[in-house]
Amino acid sequence: MKLSGAQMVIEALKREGVEAVFGYPGGKVLDLFDHLYNSELAYYMSRHEQGAIHAADGYARVTGKPGVIFTTSGPGATNLVTGIANAYMDSVPLVVFTGQVATSLIGTDSFQEADIFGITLPITKHNYLVTSVEELPRIIREAFHLASTGRPGPVLIDLPTDVQSAVSDFSYPTEVRIPGYNPTVIGHPGQINRAAKAIARAKKPVLYAGGGVIISGASELLRQLAEKAEIPVATTLMGIGSFPGDHSLSLGMLGMHGTYWANMAVTEADLIIAVGARFDDRVTGKLSSFAREAKIIHIDIDPAEIGKNVTADIPIVGDVKNILSELLKKAAEKKHAKWLARIAAWRKDCPLHYDMKADGHIPPQYVIEAIYEATGGEAIIATEVGQHQMWAVQYYLYKRPRTLITSGGLGTMGYGLPAAIGAQIAAPQETVFCIAGDGSIQMNIQELATAVAYNLPVKIAIINNGYLGMVRQWQEIFYQKRYAAVCLEKSPDFVKLAEAFGALGLRAEKTAEVVPAISKALSVPGPVVIDFCVRPEENVYPMVPPNRGIDEMIRGDIR
Amino acid sequence: MKHILAVLVENKPGVLVRVAGLFARRGFNIESLAVGKTKDPGISRMTIEVDADEKTLEQMIKQLNKLINVLKISNLTLEPSVDRELVLIKVKAPTSSWAEIQQIVETFRAKIIDVSLDSLIIEVTGNEEKLQAIELLLSHYGILELVRTGKVALLRGSKTIQNGEVKK
Ligand SMILES: Cc1ncc(C[n+]2csc(CCOP(=O)(O)OP(=O)(O)O)c2C)c(N)n1
Ligand SMILES: [Mg+2]
Repeated sequence: MKLSGAQMVIEALKREGVEAVFGYPGGKVLDLFDHLYNSELAYYMSRHEQGAIHAADGYARVTGKPGVIFTTSGPGATNLVTGIANAYMDSVPLVVFTGQVATSLIGTDSFQEADIFGITLPITKHNYLVTSVEELPRIIREAFHLASTGRPGPVLIDLPTDVQSAVSDFSYPTEVRIPGYNPTVIGHPGQINRAAKAIARAKKPVLYAGGGVIISGASELLRQLAEKAEIPVATTLMGIGSFPGDHSLSLGMLGMHGTYWANMAVTEADLIIAVGARFDDRVTGKLSSFAREAKIIHIDIDPAEIGKNVTADIPIVGDVKNILSELLKKAAEKKHAKWLARIAAWRKDCPLHYDMKADGHIPPQYVIEAIYEATGGEAIIATEVGQHQMWAVQYYLYKRPRTLITSGGLGTMGYGLPAAIGAQIAAPQETVFCIAGDGSIQMNIQELATAVAYNLPVKIAIINNGYLGMVRQWQEIFYQKRYAAVCLEKSPDFVKLAEAFGALGLRAEKTAEVVPAISKALSVPGPVVIDFCVRPEENVYPMVPPNRGIDEMIRGDIR
Repeated sequence: MKHILAVLVENKPGVLVRVAGLFARRGFNIESLAVGKTKDPGISRMTIEVDADEKTLEQMIKQLNKLINVLKISNLTLEPSVDRELVLIKVKAPTSSWAEIQQIVETFRAKIIDVSLDSLIIEVTGNEEKLQAIELLLSHYGILELVRTGKVALLRGSKTIQNGEVKK
């Protein structure tokens, strides 16, 4: 079969089982979009390339399949950079196609030329500049394989216009041969035995679950292991949903804004079983005090994560699912009544708390709780970045994997709305909420037009505190309230803004208006923006100050 | 401690940038780097000399391994191996000093490869100590310019890194 490069891309996407393409057109991808137009593939045009890539990322996190993006060269490609870095940090599979100037023009600073290959070297799992159409089928096959296996990540393919139009024989490889890529999947049996023995001996064990559990589809195994050996589970931000938040063994999140009891449990534990997690500084606080009493088992598919930040006593490289299923067979049944009682006491001593009535304002945490109640904890929640993001994980209990969609590693403001759009496309039957801050929502607000255009019924809850709240909190605590560049008093009227975009806009100014606004939003079939005017200077607690151990939390006033 | 890594990579565009960029952004120091094709033209061999403690070295090797175009990494310092580097040294040399310099050159089995009335270029190959020694001696005459190739190294005996273990 003879096909042009652009046709090959479309054909390859079909063979890869791709169902949706996210993108934004331009002069160097006209061929690609032309064949997309002629194909049966659904495509979603955003209003900004960053919106397209975050949507593809949200789609990938919900489905577990690679998100696919098409954009033009130069500015179209550079607008993807944040989205690529975001996906790289959170190990999200993406295959990104960018148009490029013709091969004869590369290196001449021609119109809309940018070296996106060079720019994205450090933020992709791998990338390609295609110089001949003959190699295109193999490259696309490799890109999908690399993006979705091992530790997933974004892969970029830069496609010059002449490669898109050149015609050649097309046969799509069924197998991939990448000699330098061979992720270890099966865990070392000897190490798994040692881990099982350590679990049998432990008196105060804690499972520390990260995003790897979700990526590998090992949530059910994690639950079985936790129950069999009666081990409480703390999750990272990326690991939320890997273990049911309402389970009696769930400790919630650990780290900088983790729960008091999760952080105390990790600090006193005699065994930490880190599963698909990477000991990020937001989790560990001061490294020398992290889990200082504990032996550490570290399970991860990426060998480079092992020994990077902490030294593991029992490292196990491999796929989490594979390793947990072996470990589950070998782990002894255990009871840890004393340890669980100790944790329960911490929980009682310093529960998550907020003041319902201190002033006339709506407590932001209450809004999250009300969304939790209204959705029965079953919605997909995509968040922006800031205080609202932390409340969205403290006050909403996620029961299933892939229901919290949040920017963890990069902490990208502007991620939440487009990610919610991608999530809704991936799961049309589910309720999707975007929990946003008044600052973050303005970073990609243009994507409201995308939601309206495709009639995606995302519910956007703006936790409007009039500030870049998370930054303000740091200024309040560490810079004597010198509020430099954090006041958002000149924000637009979000209700009118929603209406201007063709969405429904609602506002809640009093606590009593919160629940009715949420019910109203849920009853409307299209996109809705709810502006929750919340207490302006509320802080997120507990909080581990920088360079402190995670047991040295500021707990907040308990009234 | 210094280590010499032999890194086999696919001979593809951008692979040098990938390796160099990795070292730069992760704060790993390269002491010297030499690259060239192997007998298989599809595969290049990089010899990278690094100065790193054990933990950093481990990260370095693991991070290098994550690069898709990297095929194999061997730490030659852990096994009996030979390493050599070639240096060209331009020395200030009025004709009056030629005889003395000639002596040094012979002692080090070096070569004079360019001659002018007030300077000589000397080519010398060797290991680190030898190169340091000749450099020190020649510095008495005044070194005008010096260029090194970076180290290259092989395992001793018939063992090669093509068949030996190492990519973990
Ligand atoms: C793109 C980007 N720029 C800057 C930051 C730094 N930052 C982190 S949180 C935050 C404030 C977010 O404000 P808002 O969206 O209103 O959320 P709030 O904290 O008030 O809930 C800022 C500026 C960031 N994370 N991302
Ligand atoms: Mg705010």
